[in-house]
Amino acid sequence: MHTYIIRRILYAIPILIGINIITFILFFVINTPDQMARLHLGMKRVTPEAIEKWKEDHNYHLPIFWNGSESGIKKITQTIFYQKSAGLFIFRFGKSDEGRDIAHEITQRMWPSLAIAIPTFIIGLMVNITVSLFIAFVRGSYLDMVTMIWCVIIMSISGLFYIIGGQFLFGKILNLVPISGYDSGISVFKFVVLPVLIGVIGGIGSGVRWYRTIFLEEIGKDYIRTARAKGLTETRVLFKHALKNALIPILTGVVVVIPQLFMGSLVMEAFFGIPGLGSYTIDAIRSQDFGIVRAMVFLGAMLYIIGLILTDICYSWVDPRIRFE
Amino acid sequence: MKMNNDPLLSVKDLRTCFRTTNGLARAVDGISFDIPAGKTLALVGESGCGKSVTALSIMRLIQEPAGYIAGDRIIFQGQDLLKLSKRKMREIRGNRISMIFQEPMTSLNPVMTIGEQIMEVIQLHRGLSKKEALGLAVEMLNQVKIPDPAIRISEYPHQLSGGMKQRVMIAIALSCEPDLLIADEPTTSLDVTVQAQILMLMKELQQKEGTAILLITHDIAVVYEVADYITVMYAGRAIEQAKRSRFFRHACHPYTTRLFESLPSMDKRNEQLSTIPGRVPDPTRYPEGCRFADRCHLAFDRCNKEDPKMRFIEKGHSIACHLENAPAISTATATITRKTEGRATYTSSPLVSVKDLKIYYPIRKGLLKSIVGHVKAVDGIDISIGQGETLALVGESGCGKTTMGRGILRLIDITCGTIHFNNIDIMHISGSKLRRLRKDMQIMFQDPYGSLNPRMMVNQIISEGLISQGIGGNKKERDNIVKELMDQVGLDPGMIHRYPHEFSGGQRQRIGIARFLAVKPKFVVCDEVTSALDVSVQAQILNLLKTLQQREDLSYLFITHNLSVVTYIADLVAVMYLGKIVERGTIREVFDTPGHPYTQALLAASPCIGEDGRKKIFLEGEVPSPVNPPEGCHFHPRCPKVMPGCRKVYPGQYSLSETHSTRCWLYE
Amino acid sequence: MEIKLVFLWTDMLIYLLLLSAIGFAVYSIRFEHLRSPWRQVAHNRLAMVAGFVLFCYIIIGLCDSIHFQERAADEKGQIVKDSQGGIIYKPDVLSVLDILVTSIRENTEDSYSAPLATHSYSMKNITLPDGKQIRTYAKLKYEGKHLFGTDKVGMDVFYRALKGIRTGIVIGTLTTLIMLPFAIMTGIMAGYFKGWVDDLIQYIYTTLSSIPGVLLIASAILMLQVYMDTHADRFENIIIRADTRLFFLCVILGVSSWTGLCRILRGETLKLMEMEYVQASMALGVGHFKILLKHIIPNIMHIVLISVVLDFSGLVLAEAVLSYVGVGVDPTMESWGNMINAARLELAREPIVWWNLAAAFILMFGLVLSANLFADAVRDAFDPRLRTK
Repeated sequence: MHTYIIRRILYAIPILIGINIITFILFFVINTPDQMARLHLGMKRVTPEAIEKWKEDHNYHLPIFWNGSESGIKKITQTIFYQKSAGLFIFRFGKSDEGRDIAHEITQRMWPSLAIAIPTFIIGLMVNITVSLFIAFVRGSYLDMVTMIWCVIIMSISGLFYIIGGQFLFGKILNLVPISGYDSGISVFKFVVLPVLIGVIGGIGSGVRWYRTIFLEEIGKDYIRTARAKGLTETRVLFKHALKNALIPILTGVVVVIPQLFMGSLVMEAFFGIPGLGSYTIDAIRSQDFGIVRAMVFLGAMLYIIGLILTDICYSWVDPRIRFE
Repeated sequence: MKMNNDPLLSVKDLRTCFRTTNGLARAVDGISFDIPAGKTLALVGESGCGKSVTALSIMRLIQEPAGYIAGDRIIFQGQDLLKLSKRKMREIRGNRISMIFQEPMTSLNPVMTIGEQIMEVIQLHRGLSKKEALGLAVEMLNQVKIPDPAIRISEYPHQLSGGMKQRVMIAIALSCEPDLLIADEPTTSLDVTVQAQILMLMKELQQKEGTAILLITHDIAVVYEVADYITVMYAGRAIEQAKRSRFFRHACHPYTTRLFESLPSMDKRNEQLSTIPGRVPDPTRYPEGCRFADRCHLAFDRCNKEDPKMRFIEKGHSIACHLENAPAISTATATITRKTEGRATYTSSPLVSVKDLKIYYPIRKGLLKSIVGHVKAVDGIDISIGQGETLALVGESGCGKTTMGRGILRLIDITCGTIHFNNIDIMHISGSKLRRLRKDMQIMFQDPYGSLNPRMMVNQIISEGLISQGIGGNKKERDNIVKELMDQVGLDPGMIHRYPHEFSGGQRQRIGIARFLAVKPKFVVCDEVTSALDVSVQAQILNLLKTLQQREDLSYLFITHNLSVVTYIADLVAVMYLGKIVERGTIREVFDTPGHPYTQALLAASPCIGEDGRKKIFLEGEVPSPVNPPEGCHFHPRCPKVMPGCRKVYPGQYSLSETHSTRCWLYE
Repeated sequence: MEIKLVFLWTDMLIYLLLLSAIGFAVYSIRFEHLRSPWRQVAHNRLAMVAGFVLFCYIIIGLCDSIHFQERAADEKGQIVKDSQGGIIYKPDVLSVLDILVTSIRENTEDSYSAPLATHSYSMKNITLPDGKQIRTYAKLKYEGKHLFGTDKVGMDVFYRALKGIRTGIVIGTLTTLIMLPFAIMTGIMAGYFKGWVDDLIQYIYTTLSSIPGVLLIASAILMLQVYMDTHADRFENIIIRADTRLFFLCVILGVSSWTGLCRILRGETLKLMEMEYVQASMALGVGHFKILLKHIIPNIMHIVLISVVLDFSGLVLAEAVLSYVGVGVDPTMESWGNMINAARLELAREPIVWWNLAAAFILMFGLVLSANLFADAVRDAFDPRLRTK
C-alpha cells in the first residue's frame, strides 16, 4: 500500500510538469516577452533599451525551455520555464499584476470558499443518497417514475436560473437573507445559507439519477438474491447489502472532488459576492491576470491528482477485494 | 407437525409467467411433483426448460412485476406457500427452506465477511445472541469441512476458492437446519474433483440432518450419483418421473431416451451420437399438441393434436407421452465395451510438434514495478500431433490448457520453446509470413456468444478468412463458398444475411466451425467447444467435428475438462496439472490403466452412469494458484500416495509403454 | 436582389456535421443492429415528442447558419457601385432565419416593453397634436406583437432568443464533432497497441483532465483575445471575429471533454481485444487495420453515439455559464448566456424587467429538456447492458 501511494505521488510529478508546459505554451505562443514588456511599460514610445531592461529585471531575457549557452544543469535551470514554474512546486506563486502575493491571497480566500463548498457537498450528498435509496426501494412504481421525470426537469434548468431566481425570491421578495455579501464570525450563516441551498437543489437532478442507477445495478446482482433467500426483509437487503456495495462506485465519483472543494465555485461566488477563490479566479480571468490563472491551474491540477490518490486509498478501505501491491 | 404419509413438499400444477416484449412467456407451465422428507429429488432438463424458475417459485423469489406465479399450489408441511403473507414467507426462507445457487463467485456479498453472512441468517431465524451465533457459525464452517474455521470466519469471499465459497453457501443454507434445501446447479461451475467433494458433503449432511434436497441439474451423471427421485422437465413441464432405480433402467419418454443416447462415451466411439433435431419451443408460443412432438422421432398424428397428460405406466413411474409401449433406454446398464482402439502412434514426422514450450507472465511488485517472479501458466510442455489425429488436453481450471492452446497458434507471446508445424519453425517467423501460415492452423472457442462479432452478418464472419488469405475471388464467388460451407456444417444456406443473435448456441458453434473450415486448415485447436452446450447439442457438434475430421483429415487439439467427451472424440490424451503434463498416452491406456494419482482421482471423481461399485478417490483441496505452485511435484499436497521425495524435486518422465508415460515418483 | 453567400467557419462545420449525420443515417439503414435500436427509440412516445421539439430547434439553427450579404442600395433602391464599378455589399450579414422572421426583426420599439404589451414600459414626454406636452405611457408602434417584449434598445426579445438557438446548437454539436475523431483514434490506439502508446496516451489525458476545465477554457480564450487584438487586420468584421471565437471555444471545450470519451473507449477496446471473435480473426491472419475496422470500431460506435447525445445538453448549459464568466462566446454574439448576463442588472429596475431573462431561460430549457429526454431514450436503446434487462 505504501509503495503504491509513493508510486502514485511520483507519477504525479511528470503530470504536474506537463501541466506547467501546457499553461506555459498557452501563454507564450501569443505573448512574447517583448509584447509583455510593451504591455507593462505602456504601448507607446518605448525604447528597445527599456524593453531589454524590463526583460532583464523580470528574468524574461533567458531562452524559453533550453539554454544552450550554459553548461550542466544550468542548461535547464537558466530558462524562463524553469525560473517561472519551479516555484510552483513549493507553492511560490509569485505576485499578481496588482503586486500582491498570490500564495497569501489564496490562504486568505480559501476559507470563504470552503464555507460554501463543504456544506453544499455534504448536504447535497446526503440528500441525493437518501432520495435515491428511497426511489430504489419503490422502483418501478408511479412515484419512481414521477421523481425521475422531475430529475430530468431539474437537470434541464440552467444553474444560473436557480441562482437568479433564488436571489430574487429569497432575497428580494421574501427578504429572508441578504442577496449577496460575506461576513466573518457567526453572522456568516445568513450569507451562506442561500448559496448552499441553491447548490444542493441544482445538483439533485443528476445526483439522484446517478445514484439510483448504481443502486439498481447492485440490486440486480446475485448476492442480493442470496440475501432474499435468507429471508431478510427488503429494507435490510437494501440498506445492509446493496448500500454497502453501492458505496464503492459512489466513492469513486465523490472522493475525487473533495480536494477540489478548495477551489470554490466560480459562478456561485461571483453571484453572491463571496470573497473566495472562485471569485478570485473569475476576477483574474476578467482582468486577464495570467499569474493568478496559472497559479490556480496548478493548484486545481494538484488537488485533482490528490483526489485520485485519495480515491484509491478509500477504495482499499471500502472494498476488501482491493489491495494495492 | 409433519404428517407421516404426506410428502414434505408437494408442488401442484405450478405455473409461473414472465411478461416479455414478445408476449407472455410461460416459463413454468403446470408442473407437479412431491418431495418426501429426507429424500433427494432431481429436476433434470436442458437450459431454458424452467428448472430454475421452478426453484425460485417455491422460494417465492420471482421478481415482480415482470414475473408472477399464476397457480396453483405449493404445499410445504401442510401449508400453501403461495397463500402466505410476505412476512410469513420470510420466516420460511432461509429457515425451513433454503437455497444455494450455481455461481458461488457472485452469490456471496463481496464486502461482508463470511462470518457476518452466516451469522446474519442464524440471528434472524434463531434469535441467538451475537456470541452464540458466532459459535454456531464456526461450528457450521467446521461441518462443511472448511479448515481453520475460526480464522476463515473473518475472511472475505474473494479470499476463498470457488469450492470453498460453495461450502460457505451450504453452511449458510444449513445453519437453521432447514427441512428442504434447494440446490440450483450447485456444482456446475466447479471442477470435477471439487464437484465430487461438494456432492459428497451434501449427501453426508443430508444423512445427518435428514434434510430433503431439491437438486436442479442438467447433468444426468450427477443425478445418478445423488438422487432418489427424478423428474425430467421439458418446455416448462414434467415429462417423466420415476425413482432412481427404475429411471436408469426403464426411462422411456422419447426425450429422455434420446438424452441418454446423446451422451458421449468410449463405447460409442465408432458411431454417430444420436441427436435431437430442432430446438426447444419458444415459451411464448407453445404448440397445441405435445411440446416435444416436432423433435420426436417416434411422433405420430395424435402427438400434434393432443397434449399428453402425465400417466402412470408402473407404480412410481409416470410419463407424458401418447406412446403405449415406448422403448426404454438401452445404454445405461450396458457394460462398457471398449471395441475400438485409438490411432496409437503418429507417423514418423508429426504435423505439430511442440518442444519445451513455456509461457510465463511476470509478476511485478514494488516502487519500480520490478519483476519479482513469474506465473508459469505453461511450464515446459512437449506434445506432438500427427495428421488426422486428435489429442485431448484435459485438466481442471487454471491448469494452463487454454493458454497452451493459444500459445501453439502464437496468439499470445511465448516465453521460450519451439513449435514446428509441418516441419516449419513457426517460432521465428512473423508478420505477413506468419499471417499466411495461419491458414493451416485454426482455433475454435467455447463461448458461442463471445466468439462471433454481433455486428457482422454470417457471410461476413465466414468469409473473413477467405478475404484475409486471398481465397475465393470476388464477393459473389465468396458467397457461394460460404453457402457451401454452411451446407456442410448443417446450416441453412439461405441464412447468410442473418446476424449471430438470430441463431441458437449450437448453430453459433456451427458458424464457428464454418469459419475455420473456410481456410481449409490442417490443424484446429478446439478450446472447450462443447462446454457451454446442452448434451443433445453437444452430440451434434461432436458428430460434426468427427465427420469433418474423417473427410478433411484434420488434426485436433481438443481442450476440455469433460472426460466423457474425451473418450468419445480423442485418440491420445494428455493430462495437465499446473502448467505441466503429468500423464499422456492413448485413450485406452490412460482411461483403463491411469498411472498418475491425479489422473486416477480425476477419473474417479467424474460422475458416471452405471458404475455403482466404483471406488471413489476423493482429493483434498483444490488446484493451487499457479503464482506460487508447491515445491517439488506440484500435486504432492493433494496426492493420496505422497512420499517424502515428492516434496523436493519435480519427477521426470517415466514410460509405461511405448506411447504411455507419466511424471510421478511412484514409477521410479 | 443580388446577394453574396458568406461562409463562416462554424457554418461550414455545421454543413459537414449535417452531411455526416445524413451519411450515418444512410449507413444505419443498411445494418440491422443499428436500425433496431432506432426503432425502439421510435416506439417511445416521450422520446418522439422530445425528438420533434429538438428537430424544430435544429431547423431554426440550420436556417440561421446560411449567411449572406445583400447588395448595397441607396435610399431610392438604386444599386450602389464603388468607383471602379465593382459590387458593394451591405456590411451586415444576414441569415435565412433573419429573412423568415423579418417582421419580428424589424418591428423595433424605442425601448423596453413588456411581453404582449400595448404601451411602453416607462413614461415618456409626448407632444400632443395640439402642442401640449404630457408625460404618459406611450402607445407602442406594434401593439401586442412582441411575444417576449422588447429590450433596452427596442429590439424584439423573442427574435434575440431565437438567434441564441444557433449558438447553443453550435456549441452542443461542433464541440463533439471536433473532438470525436481524435478521441476515437487515441482511445482505440491506446487499447489496441498497449505498451508505450498506451502509456503516452494515458499520460496526455490524465494531464489534460487534471486541469480545471473552466481555467483551461479561460486561458485559451484569453490567449485568443490577445491574438485577435494584436492581429486585428485579419478579422475584417465583427461577425467573423465573433465566429472565430465561437469556433475556438468549441475546439477548447472539445479538448476538455475529449479525455472522458478517450478513457471509456480505451477501456472498451481493451475488453474487446479479449473477445474470442477478435482472437479468431487474428488466428485467421487478418491484419491490424482490418481488425480495428471490422471488429473494434463497430462495437464501440454505440458508446460514441451515447456520449454525443448525452454531452449535448451539458454543453448548451455550459455555454450560458461560460458567457457569464466572460470566457464564453463573443459579447456581441446573440446567445442565451449573453442575454442572461445582460438581464441581471435589469432585475434591479423598478418595476423589474424580467422578460429578457425569461425568454432566454425558456428557450434554453426547451432545448435542454428535449435533448435530455431524447438522449435517455437513445442510451436505453443502444446500451447493451440495459437492453438485456
